[in-house]
Amino acid sequence: MKKDRKENLFNKELVMEAIGQSFTKLNPKYQFRNPVMFTVEIGTFVMMFVCAWILSGEKSQGTFIYNFIIFLILLLTLLFANFAEALAEARGKAQAASLRKTREETPAKKIAVLGNLFMNEVHIVPSSQLSKGDMFVCETGDIIPTDGEIIEGIATIDESAITGESAPVIRESGGDKSSVTGGTKVLSDKIIVKVTTEPGESFLDKMIALVEGASRQKTPNEIALTILLAGFTLVFIIVCITLYPFALYSKTSIPISAYISLFVCLIPTTIGGLLSAIGISGMDRALRANVIAKSGKAVETAGDLDVLLLDKTGTITIGNRKATNFYPAPGVKLNELVYAAILSSKSDTTPEGKSIVELGKKLQSENQFSGERFEKYQSEVTEQINFTAETRSSGVNLANGLKIRKGASDAIKAMVLKTGNIYEQEIVTIVSKIAGNGGTPLVVIQNEKVLGVIELQDIIKTGIHERFERLRKMGVKTVMVTGDNPLTAKYIAEKAGVDDYIAEAKPEDKMAYVCKEQNLGKLVAMMGDGTNDAPALAQADVGVAMNSGTAAAKEAGNMVDLDNDPTKLIEIVEIGKQLLMTRGTLTTFSIANDVAKYFAIVPALFITSIPALQSINIMNLHSPASAILSAIIFNAIIIPMLIPLALKGVAYKPIGASALLRRNLLVYGLGGIIVPFIGIKLIDLVVTLFM
Amino acid sequence: MNPQILGVVVMFIATLLLAVPLGRYVAKVYGGQKVWTDLIFNPIERLFFKASRIDPGIEMGWKQSLKALLTINLIWFLWIMFCLLNQSWLPMNPDHNPNMTPDLALNTAISFLVNCNLQDYSGETGVSYFSQVFGLMFLQFVSAATGMAAAAVVFNALRDRTTEKLGNFYNYFLKSCTRILLPVCILVAVIHLFEGTPMTFKGIDTLTTVQGDTMHVSRGPVAAFVAIKHVGTNGGGFYGANSAHPLENPTYLSNIVQMIAQILIPFAMVFAFGFYCNKKRLAWIFWGVMTAGFLILVVPAVIAEVQGNPYIAQMGISQPGGNMEGKEIRFGAIASAFWSIATTVISTGSVNAMHDSFMPLSGMNMLLGMMINSFYGGVGVGFLNFFIYVILAVFIGGLMVGRTPEFGGKKIEAREMKIAMIIALFHPFLILVGTAIASYLAAHDTNMGWWFADAAGKHNASGWLNNPSYHGFSEMLYQYTSSSANNGSGFEGLGDNNPFWNISTSIVLLFSRFLPIIGPIAIAGLLAQKKFIPASSGTLKTDTAIFGILVFAVKVIIAALAFFPALALGPIAEWMKMPH
Repeated sequence: MKKDRKENLFNKELVMEAIGQSFTKLNPKYQFRNPVMFTVEIGTFVMMFVCAWILSGEKSQGTFIYNFIIFLILLLTLLFANFAEALAEARGKAQAASLRKTREETPAKKIAVLGNLFMNEVHIVPSSQLSKGDMFVCETGDIIPTDGEIIEGIATIDESAITGESAPVIRESGGDKSSVTGGTKVLSDKIIVKVTTEPGESFLDKMIALVEGASRQKTPNEIALTILLAGFTLVFIIVCITLYPFALYSKTSIPISAYISLFVCLIPTTIGGLLSAIGISGMDRALRANVIAKSGKAVETAGDLDVLLLDKTGTITIGNRKATNFYPAPGVKLNELVYAAILSSKSDTTPEGKSIVELGKKLQSENQFSGERFEKYQSEVTEQINFTAETRSSGVNLANGLKIRKGASDAIKAMVLKTGNIYEQEIVTIVSKIAGNGGTPLVVIQNEKVLGVIELQDIIKTGIHERFERLRKMGVKTVMVTGDNPLTAKYIAEKAGVDDYIAEAKPEDKMAYVCKEQNLGKLVAMMGDGTNDAPALAQADVGVAMNSGTAAAKEAGNMVDLDNDPTKLIEIVEIGKQLLMTRGTLTTFSIANDVAKYFAIVPALFITSIPALQSINIMNLHSPASAILSAIIFNAIIIPMLIPLALKGVAYKPIGASALLRRNLLVYGLGGIIVPFIGIKLIDLVVTLFM
Repeated sequence: MNPQILGVVVMFIATLLLAVPLGRYVAKVYGGQKVWTDLIFNPIERLFFKASRIDPGIEMGWKQSLKALLTINLIWFLWIMFCLLNQSWLPMNPDHNPNMTPDLALNTAISFLVNCNLQDYSGETGVSYFSQVFGLMFLQFVSAATGMAAAAVVFNALRDRTTEKLGNFYNYFLKSCTRILLPVCILVAVIHLFEGTPMTFKGIDTLTTVQGDTMHVSRGPVAAFVAIKHVGTNGGGFYGANSAHPLENPTYLSNIVQMIAQILIPFAMVFAFGFYCNKKRLAWIFWGVMTAGFLILVVPAVIAEVQGNPYIAQMGISQPGGNMEGKEIRFGAIASAFWSIATTVISTGSVNAMHDSFMPLSGMNMLLGMMINSFYGGVGVGFLNFFIYVILAVFIGGLMVGRTPEFGGKKIEAREMKIAMIIALFHPFLILVGTAIASYLAAHDTNMGWWFADAAGKHNASGWLNNPSYHGFSEMLYQYTSSSANNGSGFEGLGDNNPFWNISTSIVLLFSRFLPIIGPIAIAGLLAQKKFIPASSGTLKTDTAIFGILVFAVKVIIAALAFFPALALGPIAEWMKMPH
């Protein structure tokens, strides 16, 4: 799916579908939702009657051909506007369909349930027959039939079908990684899954419904903008109706076609025609970023965010800590420390343990310790001591009686001092130096004697600093949430360039922070995956749940990120801003266009009775008829010409609000005044050829 | 520099220099801070509040404020109707002026109530001193104070906080009368006394001229009337000829004082907003936008008047003083042109020359000033009108920077937009529909029956036009524009003292006064209740030049789009037809 992100905007299939839809959408019942285009439709009907009237012998309204052309152009204006909306819908649907493909009918191994008892019986049923609360089994090679939560077992799962990420992920019951998505594939092991959604009600289904328009609600901002546009439309209704007595007074007779043309040109058809396409494409862009938004409002709100709450791990830093250095104690050889460290971590499967082995092996293979072999470490491992919260250390016991331990400095220090050994000052210095650099020191001992210290460091993702800088320029404050101690947290916060941090964070701290910022009137976004994140996700103005997270988290947030990528929020903010900007700039453009249209049509209306008004025909258009035709042709074709802009959105640059306003006013405001002068003149030159 | 131009430049700068400290003073008055006038007015105001049993300490919400505003306005309306319909037997009528006809009384009552002062009567013969002083002059004070108090409510609502309490409307209202309007008026009136404006309750004076003819000169409490007429941007003259009358505006100095008096408080209210809400930069941006609009209108008008009338030039007559038809020699073309634009951008509507006789371009700019109606605008209400455009600009601008729109940390949503749009719509609606009806009737020369009769007793609708063609159209357009802008100036040349014009403009007046007060107060009240969002670097900053340009563009484009066809058929057509 990620691969075809750069697909052609005017894909042939989509265009064909959209063309078909453009005609279906002519239904007045549908048009009624959009006051601007609805009035255009009424105008088109009036022109149809005028044409019929002329055919029946009426002489005052000009030639049939001329009126019929105007009727056609108005019809085309409507079709273009419908086409914009239909194309946006088709794109969204295509996007959703490729996701939906993954959830086509798959056989499900449903577990028969009798009361509270599981029967050891499995029925094969189609996935569509699974309802909420049902349970099913998935084994190696099975496609998971629908969304659910693992209640038993652990499995590696290939989620590439929805995320495009080929590396398999581990999902297991309990904890925050218990959620599985329909359409993904189990690569190993067996899990029992409980269905969490009714058929047809998954997030994806909801998103598809939003894109398809059936359940698309206008967002508050869209409603406000529609009011503005309806207001402008009303002004022009008044202008055009009152023009009739004005013309009577000036002893000018104006044909109906001219009134309708003037009216359609003046009302903001450009933005009116593109408004819903802009909204849909905003959702669509979110979907392209692999984010499922549950409402258009959530995307819109994202553009307004003031504060972002980000987990440190996986967002700011790469996964977990890594070993970066070995510091041997005085009198201990580096190689001895490395050997002991590798041994103690050999069966330690935590990422930290693995990184110690990795770094140790690397040092050894770089051949720094030629020939040095420590016979004592060749002995067999007899016992494996796992890390516990109580001892805060782990290690191995060897057959020759060597006991190697590594762990938190204060825990190890206690062990050393208890046996009467010395805990050297040098070690204390090294430990505090590491902590001061934001690292985590692990002290290694052998039979309660200090061998040295391993430094573990958080690796900050490359490029993250720039992304935070970008957010800051957008006016968004970033806050890092971490379980680290304040010292480490501060160090990482500074290094990564976040504005604030919550150290030693407990789940409820997130909620408290969200509420605190909201009380200051700010809009807060956060990412989360755990059940204990759910309240804060629900409280946040934009809550993005990881697709891998628990069902509760996904239910609480208003967006779901299929990629489980916490930095996705940055993209979401930009999509929200683009959405609003596109609306604003096209409104400005549309209204600014009216200036030129007036200069085309008003002289055309009155030139015969008031020849003096020729002076305001500044475009020097050929004749009244060509002037009116040029203006409405321009008005019609500007809609399809702006479709790419409406669908892609106006480019957002974090250059500060005033600079952005200046740029957009210049491009779309001044441009909106100038472009139609040129456009109408050019069309007039062409139209004249045919007259 | 031409001394005439120097005169208007000096006057403009003087107004600005006076307006800034006055703005600070006004902000302090509304903010309840200590001011030097406390000493004089505290006891007086206490007396008023005690008598009316109002506790000025009780804060009101926006709905309560509006209720108070509309209630007192209704009572004043009843009072003025009583005065005008019974003035013949009421005291202080030395010239024995008759009662007004009901339709004229209605028009006069409403137009003074709404701070418009469209005068379809002539002061010398139409009203008694009792009506002038206790009716009309009283309304000139209270209608101005109503607008100012409404603005004060909006100021209060726009502070950086969340609240439903917007101060006490009666308190704002009374203090506007006592502490702001009264002192400035006394100053202006005293200057006029020294310049020769009458101030007496005696009736018509009869004198014998040098030629031996007998001359009747109307007198009355003119100086006091002239002061509040300008300070309160009312514009209703004591005499029918308004400030062109030699006793109402006797000298070049009195002309300057009247000019300053009418611009002073509209300026000061903008600065008062800055001081009151601690948004001084924003206030200067607003003032800058208004001034830019004013200059764009006034400069072409001055040039057109100085150049003179091309038709007269065609006859080979030189016009060293410019177009002097309908102008007073003692003021000259430049000061008259400046006045004509100032009095129309501000809703004063007093005239010191005949607007009908101005060049079409000047006439168009006067119309534009009233169509936009917020390049300064009337006392208090000018700011309220401007506020509506600010809301529209903030909405479009906010979207353009990628944020849902907000003003002063408050989100602008559907409800506010609905109100703003209705208000912005109503002004062109009233003007265009009114003019359309009148044009339709004139075009068909309809028999108007009771509704209209010209001097010859004919009932044909075209009889109300003194000029045919484009100019006649401008006259009708001007009358409704002036009504809808609550301006009150007349293009004249229109037969407007008859039921048709009196009643139709009265309807326009009522809507165009109270909707633009109700709307902004409602928006501000709704905004005040919303959560305050502190600004971030993504927020659209309003106190910048670029935002000023946006507000300006929104105003001009809305006005241009709504009125371009009408202007094209009136002043533009007339202008284009002139020999160039």
